[in-house]
Amino acid sequence: MTLNRRHFLGSGLAAGLILKAPEVLGQARPRVVVIGGGAGGATAARYLAKDGKGALDVTLVEMNPIYTTCFFSNLYLGGVRDFESLQQGYAQLSGMGITVITDMATGVDRAARTVTLAGGTVLPYDRLILSPGIDFVEGSVPGWSLADQEIMPHAYKAGPQTQLLKAQVEAMPEGGTFAMIAPPNPYRCPPGPYERISMVAHVLSQKNPTAKILLIDPKDKFSKQALFEEGWAKHYGTMVERIGPDFGGANVEVRPGSMEIVVDGEVTKVDCCNVIPGQSAGQIAQIAGVTDDKGWAPVTPDAMKSKVDENIYVLGDASAQGDMPKSGFSANSQAKVAAMAIRGELTGSKVFPAKYSNTCWSLLAPEDGVKVGASYEPTPEKIASVESFVSATGEDAALRKATYEESLGWYAGITADIFG
Amino acid sequence: MAGWRDAMRTLAPGLAGVAIVLAIAALPLWAEALGDDSRGEMLFQRHCSACHQIGPEAVDRIGPRLTGIFGRRAGAIDGFAYSKSMTRMGSDGLTWTLETLDPYIENPKALVSGTRMNFRGLAGGADRADLLAYLRAYSDRPRDIPEAEPTARKTDHDLDPAILGIEGDPEYGEYLSSECTTCHQRDGSDRGIPSITHWPAEDFVLAMHAYKRKLRPHPVMQMMAGRLSNDEIAALAAYFATLDQE
Repeated sequence: MTLNRRHFLGSGLAAGLILKAPEVLGQARPRVVVIGGGAGGATAARYLAKDGKGALDVTLVEMNPIYTTCFFSNLYLGGVRDFESLQQGYAQLSGMGITVITDMATGVDRAARTVTLAGGTVLPYDRLILSPGIDFVEGSVPGWSLADQEIMPHAYKAGPQTQLLKAQVEAMPEGGTFAMIAPPNPYRCPPGPYERISMVAHVLSQKNPTAKILLIDPKDKFSKQALFEEGWAKHYGTMVERIGPDFGGANVEVRPGSMEIVVDGEVTKVDCCNVIPGQSAGQIAQIAGVTDDKGWAPVTPDAMKSKVDENIYVLGDASAQGDMPKSGFSANSQAKVAAMAIRGELTGSKVFPAKYSNTCWSLLAPEDGVKVGASYEPTPEKIASVESFVSATGEDAALRKATYEESLGWYAGITADIFG
Repeated sequence: MAGWRDAMRTLAPGLAGVAIVLAIAALPLWAEALGDDSRGEMLFQRHCSACHQIGPEAVDRIGPRLTGIFGRRAGAIDGFAYSKSMTRMGSDGLTWTLETLDPYIENPKALVSGTRMNFRGLAGGADRADLLAYLRAYSDRPRDIPEAEPTARKTDHDLDPAILGIEGDPEYGEYLSSECTTCHQRDGSDRGIPSITHWPAEDFVLAMHAYKRKLRPHPVMQMMAGRLSNDEIAALAAYFATLDQE
């Protein structure tokens, strides 16, 4: 069957036949398997099913039956949004003909073009989409390993980890110390580390105003820095102290056993410690062998196709594409380009030039929202930023409130666009 | 008021005394470079005064008072029932200046799609300059309001009919629309972000070109529209028009 289909797909005429007469060919619909049901994978599956109008057999593999969005998870930490509001299901996607499988992909055989799942299922594919998000680089924060995540949570994959961090912040003793070990570049965002600092500061300023926040940062600078620093000073006074690399922020060790952090040799006892380690593409991308020596999967700028395997596309955080940040908005944008390219390859539908965009909203305090965004286009080397904007410091409260309300509209819009 | 101005122009400065000093404070001579404000007053009476008042005693009627309109944020008068669209433009940062009032008076919907101002627009650039000169006289510190560039009076903000006449490719529009639906919901919900469904195609095209030319203030929309070609805007309009038929 597979060979026949490959033979058919060799000619545009045959591809047209499949499109026009899927009921005749029945089982022979081209198969697309999508691994990862987040902003990249679920969007891709949805657009393949929606725009393919039944011409494609689409399977979505996701290990969580309910998905918790990383975007807006900081707002839950800050108490301005409840946990349930972050949770998204797959019923709509199932309803539109996508086969949704709750399982974990454990193997990819690129020669045979099959995916193996932990439960033993083997899924053949004509095109494979990998959208696995991130995993952590072992040893990137000395003293911390994944086994310590219950003591010093990362809360960088939204779900129980996020709930744990919130509970720990709220249980801090009066006047206690919260520490964040911020990640090196490149990192997933959202949940943005600096928005998280703002939201933790908001909670502490309400419940524990003499508490301190230590932000240990290996980076010289970060996105929207002026806006965050202005917001922290305005809303939280001197509560937030950032220790950059010039004061040892890159020379840090943690001791989960004694709840200590060691910055440039100086030991500090803390009451809550959020460790956000260095990151790489989700493990399945590494298992599939499509990642480079930096741990990310290089893709073509015009279609998000793996540079290693022409039958594989990699979306979102896991991909190395150029200038786009590792955000849900980016993954959603990339997924639409990839879905169009895959439909073009498998059904002969029209392919238009790729356009990408991203906007990231951050909340400095309730109703004090800021944003940064850019549009992107493929160049031969990478996805390159074309035009960008960022909120200005000193904006009035009405504009900041409107920006926050806009972010609520965006959350509703993008979750409908991803999950149906 | 315009009558005062005419009187002042005819007086030799030395003869006017205190009266002139006071009058200048209220209505400076340098305001005249923008347009003919006495003609503007006539146009105001003809087109605007059924709904709007202007002057120190002006109050809000069907439309908000226009005293001090220059430099005022759109939708900023407390207690006036603006359209949602106008309020949103105000919080996006739309401020009434020569640059924004001119295209708004020419075609209100180009700047504020859902405006309640039921006015089809003033097509003539010279008419608008005269009307704006009149409105400006009632704004704070009118001397600080920049003069229009010499070319501004002739600027025709109206879209070239050829652009409005482009037949878009709905299939291309469908692909492009996927960028819109990251934020704008297909079901027409407009919490925080306005709805774009069931929107007349021409209004859609006008609005997108107003963002493209940065007449409308929203930075995300300026960026999104800024990289769309005339054909792509037409394609989007064509696609959204097919949605209306469903």
